[in-house]
Amino acid sequence: MDTAIEVRDLVIERGKRTVLHGFSCTIPRGSVTGLLGPSGSGKTTLMRAIVGVQIVKSGSITVFGEPAGSASLRRRMGYLTQAPSVYADLTVRENARYFAALHGLGAAEADQAVADVGLKQAAGQLVATLSGGQRSRASLACAIIGEPDLLVLDEPTVGQDPVLRDELWKRFQEMASNGATLLVSSHVMDEAARCERLLLIREGRLIADDTPAAVRASAGTDDLDEAFLRLIRAQEVAA
Amino acid sequence: MNPQILAATTGRILRQLRHDRRTIALMLLVPVVLLTLLYFMFDDQPQIFDRIALVMLGVFPFIIMFLVTSIAMLRERTTGTLERLLTTPLGKVDLLFGYGIAFGLAAAVQAAVASAVAYWLFGLDTQGSPALVMLIAVVNAVLGVALGLLCSAFARTEFQAVQFLPVVAFPQIMLCGLFVARDQMVGWLEAISDVLPLSYAVEALQEVGVHSDPTGTMWRDLAIVAGAVIVALVLAAATLRRRTA
Ligand SMILES: Nc1ncnc2c1ncn2[C@@H]1O[C@H](COP(=O)(O)OP(=O)(O)OP(=O)(O)O)[C@@H](O)[C@H]1O
Ligand SMILES: [Mg+2]
Repeated sequence: MDTAIEVRDLVIERGKRTVLHGFSCTIPRGSVTGLLGPSGSGKTTLMRAIVGVQIVKSGSITVFGEPAGSASLRRRMGYLTQAPSVYADLTVRENARYFAALHGLGAAEADQAVADVGLKQAAGQLVATLSGGQRSRASLACAIIGEPDLLVLDEPTVGQDPVLRDELWKRFQEMASNGATLLVSSHVMDEAARCERLLLIREGRLIADDTPAAVRASAGTDDLDEAFLRLIRAQEVAA
Repeated sequence: MNPQILAATTGRILRQLRHDRRTIALMLLVPVVLLTLLYFMFDDQPQIFDRIALVMLGVFPFIIMFLVTSIAMLRERTTGTLERLLTTPLGKVDLLFGYGIAFGLAAAVQAAVASAVAYWLFGLDTQGSPALVMLIAVVNAVLGVALGLLCSAFARTEFQAVQFLPVVAFPQIMLCGLFVARDQMVGWLEAISDVLPLSYAVEALQEVGVHSDPTGTMWRDLAIVAGAVIVALVLAAATLRRRTA
């Protein structure tokens, strides 16, 4: 397994709380890894650390052999924040072209990303006037421009209909098969089944790091939802 | 600093401004309305109008650009665009200079309109050239941008951001020599006034008012204001952290 991201003994404190307690995991290159866990378990915090915007108390994160957040990595990375982060007073196209320009890419790549998220018709519309789901997709478009080597996507499909979710996941898998590494957080178990690997996180601790099939097998159920519940309960009993 | 990223960022900020027609209208009209008020207030005292209007042309862009920048930068923080920008190849300096250039250009347009009205419509009379007044106005505007970028690092909400206007701008306006000549202030006030950049901006404007050619004092003052811009930008870059808690 070719490793893209290696997290070692990561400790992160936010406010007065320790959010990640010595968290370790590896994420393989050229695949889609799902990051799952209850609300408040530390998914966004882990992603922020991987893209290099989170203050870290101790531990290390290596991305493509370099420390997370280093300048050369920023050229190869796309990050989708959980809340849409696009300029409301620009059109979808203007947003995409700006983020493309930051990566040295042109209008063609920007327009392609807008089309990929199904916003071709709304490209000339101000983001402020988009629906909630459209706005999330505008934000997603800005992250996937030019198919970066690493994509960190924080709940990319929230608020989208099943058809669009299916299309987006096909696109993610296509990017992975082209060699990109994707880390995608989600609450939805049918999405977890589409990942090559799953990281299950609970209260800042890793409770499973495996393929969906292996997670099902170790929990003794075919239903991922149920498997997740069993793993959490097993951990509670152990604790 | 990366020229392509800087240009893209400047263009993006100007595009945001362009979509906000009402802000553009306010930026251009408000100074004109205030000049009109001033003109009729000192209907029969043209020397006083000349004195105040000249300072106003230079100080107004400072106040407006300070406010606009604080709010714009705060919005970048609260909407998450700043966090995202900091995960891209964009350098902090690209962002800060992008704001400086974009709002500096906006201020140039504002100063041109206000100066045209002041000189042609209201007969503002200065010994020196209107071009120098506009140059000083633009440098002041960039000072406003730089201080706005710096102060936005200390504001978490819009309410806090607007409170920085009385903190940062009002003392400078009160002590800049417009209301009381600086050398007639009590010693400690004059000392404070000596370290406030706007004092030098106003002195530069007053030099243009009474001398037909640019004076050494005017250039020195302008250099001091430009120096204050650099210091504020360096501090703003230092307070802009890529990693946050
Ligand atoms: N800025 C902050 N200051 C203090 N605590 C924070 C901050 N941001 C998040 N936290 C806390 O850190 C913990 C982990 O938050 P995080 O956003 O990583 O959760 P998450 O797994 O992404 O949750 P969700 O699924 O709801 O998005 C939570 O308990 C949260 O309250
Ligand atoms: Mg989250």
